[in-house]
Amino acid sequence: MGGILVMKWRILETWVKQNRNDNLTEPQESRKETPLYFHPVVEDFLCSLRYPGCLRQLLKPLAYYYGDRKMKKKKLTGTEKLSRRKFLKKAGVMGLGAAAMSALPFPNVIRAAEPVKIGVLHSLSGTMAISEVSLRDVVLMAVEEINAAGGVMKRPIKPVVVDPASDWDLFAEKAKQLLLKDKVDVTFGCWTSVSRKSVLPVYEKNNGLLFYPVQYEGEECSKNVFYTGATPNQQLIPAADYMMSEDGGGFKKFYLLGTDYVFPRTANKILRAFLLAKGVPAANIMEEYTPFHHQDYQTIVGKVKSFASGGDAAVLSTINGDSNVPFYKEFANQGLRSEDVPIMAFSVAEDELRGMDSKSLVGHLAAWNYYQSIDTPQNKTFVKNFKTYCKKKGLPGGASRVTDDPIEAAYLGVYIWKQAVEKAGTTKVDAVRKAAYGMGFEAPGGFKKIDEKNHHLHKPVLIGEILKNGQFEIVSQTKGLVAPEPWSKYTSPDKSCDWVNHQGTYKKTTT
Amino acid sequence: MQQAGIRAIPRGASARSFISRVLILVFALGFGLAARGEARTESFSPAIQAEIAQLGSKNRKTRRRAALGLAKRLEPKLLPLLLALREGSLYRWKPESGEARFVIGGDAVTRGEVEYVPLFSIHGKKRLTSADGKPLFVPDGGLRKIRAGRRIRRAVKPYLNQLQSSAQLHSADPNVRRAAATRMARVGDKDLIPLLDKVLENETHWLGRHALIEAKALIRLKSPNPEERRSAAAALGEIHGLNAVSVLQRLAEKDTDASVRAAASDAIGEIEGYLSWTATIDTLFRGLSLGSILLLMALGLAIVFGLMGVINMAHGELMMLGAYATFIIQGVFISYLPQNYFGWYFLLALPVAFLASALMGFLMEVSIIRHLYGRPLETLLTTWGISLILQQAVRQVFGAQNVDVKSPEWLSGGYHLMVGVQFPYNRMFIIALAVFCVVGTYLFLFRTRAGLRIRAVTQNRGMSTCLGVPSRRVDAGTFAFGAGLAGMAGAALSQVGNVGPALGQNYIVDSFMVVVTGGVGKILGTIVAGFGIGGMNKMLEPAMGAVFGKVVILVLVILFLQRRPEGLFAIRTRGA
Repeated sequence: MGGILVMKWRILETWVKQNRNDNLTEPQESRKETPLYFHPVVEDFLCSLRYPGCLRQLLKPLAYYYGDRKMKKKKLTGTEKLSRRKFLKKAGVMGLGAAAMSALPFPNVIRAAEPVKIGVLHSLSGTMAISEVSLRDVVLMAVEEINAAGGVMKRPIKPVVVDPASDWDLFAEKAKQLLLKDKVDVTFGCWTSVSRKSVLPVYEKNNGLLFYPVQYEGEECSKNVFYTGATPNQQLIPAADYMMSEDGGGFKKFYLLGTDYVFPRTANKILRAFLLAKGVPAANIMEEYTPFHHQDYQTIVGKVKSFASGGDAAVLSTINGDSNVPFYKEFANQGLRSEDVPIMAFSVAEDELRGMDSKSLVGHLAAWNYYQSIDTPQNKTFVKNFKTYCKKKGLPGGASRVTDDPIEAAYLGVYIWKQAVEKAGTTKVDAVRKAAYGMGFEAPGGFKKIDEKNHHLHKPVLIGEILKNGQFEIVSQTKGLVAPEPWSKYTSPDKSCDWVNHQGTYKKTTT
Repeated sequence: MQQAGIRAIPRGASARSFISRVLILVFALGFGLAARGEARTESFSPAIQAEIAQLGSKNRKTRRRAALGLAKRLEPKLLPLLLALREGSLYRWKPESGEARFVIGGDAVTRGEVEYVPLFSIHGKKRLTSADGKPLFVPDGGLRKIRAGRRIRRAVKPYLNQLQSSAQLHSADPNVRRAAATRMARVGDKDLIPLLDKVLENETHWLGRHALIEAKALIRLKSPNPEERRSAAAALGEIHGLNAVSVLQRLAEKDTDASVRAAASDAIGEIEGYLSWTATIDTLFRGLSLGSILLLMALGLAIVFGLMGVINMAHGELMMLGAYATFIIQGVFISYLPQNYFGWYFLLALPVAFLASALMGFLMEVSIIRHLYGRPLETLLTTWGISLILQQAVRQVFGAQNVDVKSPEWLSGGYHLMVGVQFPYNRMFIIALAVFCVVGTYLFLFRTRAGLRIRAVTQNRGMSTCLGVPSRRVDAGTFAFGAGLAGMAGAALSQVGNVGPALGQNYIVDSFMVVVTGGVGKILGTIVAGFGIGGMNKMLEPAMGAVFGKVVILVLVILFLQRRPEGLFAIRTRGA
């Protein structure tokens, strides 16, 4: 019996999935119209067929039903008032009904003034809270701004904030909750790559929409994610290029130093390939990794020192988070100076500098697509608004809060989504996605553009020098916008990402 | 900022906005009078002045020409102005009465909504003062920034670098002089030698002399004369010119003259021999430093876990509290005391951190841990819960961000023992602090009555109670003492690492590792284990890298504990 049921579900599921991919229908919208597109339990069941992780979610309510039936104490209400057989039957019927409905072209019904729900999926506790709290703040600020200006398509935005507590599994669970229980139209969230990878199946499965605001290692191309941070070529390559240029100091030896996880490993793979391609001999490239939370940089700085003793050496650092302070302090204390051996960092922004003794960092460099110090009226307003917002809401730090690249990327994500929704005239994921392709947007840090095909942003690359006050002086800037390359041409020359002519990642034919 | 500036605008006044508003009012009235009282000091020659005036031009080309003209003069007196131009802190300022003029802006101070910029003269970068002798602050809006685009900065750069390097040759800081000499040697040619000779005559610091001699030899290595190159290479070998290795290597391989090649490889051999010396000394020091940090972290735990048998998972959070206490003391110093006392905040922070964590430890013991003695599993879970509560509480109060604990001036930089060997001051301080704590703990435990009671209760609780030792009070005191040591360790760690809510998590595992390896209940074991693990780690790291070094250490510790589960030093008591 069970086996037959499973088979039935599988058939149903594939059928629904095919219909979804035909793009005739917008499942999300129909889910909104029929509140029970699938009962969450059914959803979980279907999901668990493919992802064992969903089983846990599935077992929770089942245990609940069983427990109740046995004890017969509590009376169930609403949808829960079902015996297992009845519930399965009913859910099946509803599933079929919903699937049938989704197969038909469904009229766009937009109810004015009904709030649009968006999800905010950033860790507010645990180790990643240090970075992610600021992103939640800025997303909520953008929401407040948009609501004050009349909302999206005259509908107010209602943010649903959840706390995945820096726990990867919890990220997936919370994402599921946002999509299926709260039924949000879009989510803004994640920081670490591992959290993104963990929610990815959830968004792809349910055709959700996620805006991911942090620079990352690339090599990903999902239909359900917009990446508003930089791809490797929008940060690493111009930075290394600058260090080799006459303007940047004409460095010839590079020490690639990183924390041991996926972003630095991939970044250094790309950097190494790039440097070798530029004619830097392999003997002049050192690569080294430290564990997470590494605190004792004596030996490594000693190595850098002897590596740099001949001159013309620079450090390209992908050291992450709390290892930076011990590293920079040790660097300064062992007598290395930024004029002679500069550190080009890819993970140090204004928000991190806030918690550092900037004395030992002055003169070192960073590469981003945005700095608080960008001198335009739009940016000044943005910075001022953010400070005022933090102060008004009584957030820690208040008016001394700063903006940085991921904060800007998170902020502009909300506006890009708004613009795309208004262009599409609906909040349906597929329509919004298509409307967003090639869309330009006036961000606080200047004009940016979504790629026509690959869900990433065209951005300028700025090299900044750290100043005493924890801000950056922009010392170099690319001409115009740099096109995103989710697959680096140095490490994966045969791959590319395209959602218009191809289904995501495809193999380039060499013609 | 100078002291006077603080008197005029107290820092940290945001909490006292009323006072600051009044002050701003006074300022607003004050700076109108400012220009009048300011005395005319030295000035530049008319030709230079004309060029400076052109910097204010609206035309970009004129500005560029003027900037380049000024830079090409290589006039040391123009350095502050050019640096300000590059940094974007050069302004044109029109006082309410009097002519518009060029000024250099310092770091802005925010008071209320407006940013105030302190002003400096372009000649010698002297602080401008208002009529009443107070430093001059001007609101941000009243200044016109002189824009130096990328092209200007780029054109000016080589001249500025040269100017800066030769200015730095005369700096008061020997480290700056050294770095400047080395930098000049890399780009310079033989024209520089007379200048270096002149500086060398007056150079008294041995390191400065070394750098200058090395710089001269480096320049002579570029000479077309093989004899000169040979003698330069020999000289570099003799003085152990560490900065010359790569140049010498090139010479040893590619030079046309055989004698130069031989001299270069000899020199490399000599330098490398010297390097193996310095590497040994460095490794020893690093091991000592890491060991002292481990020891500081573990000492408190050795008392709480070792002597009392309480598995305190919140030990790391007690360290975190100590670090935050340091942060608070720093804030107090910045807000309420003049700038020149700031350096001493850290000395006050140490006892405060001790007291803060000791108080927290006392409260923990009295309210919770006291009721869980003899139930290790419950204690473990409870203290872990406490650690989570403390973390999130700190996050609520101070924010999830790390906070900025500045190193005082006297703990920045390092002591040069010999060429190429530098011991950072902060690490030396931590070694000293570790020694102080160990000696203090030893004296406390073995030379005082309280210590005697602690040892008595540890060894035989029942008997001690019978003999009139108030064992409950002793427990609370012991726990508080251990917690206080953790707080002090936290304060010390704020000088090498960052201070954030997750600080304790980084150290708790290492602390337990040290205590368990050393043997539970033995302070001596903790000391030996701390330095042993630290030293081993630093010896393994250069060869294996940080990741594998750590793995190997853990494996070694596990193997060791398999062999001797009781640790390095087994405690022998009649059981308690």
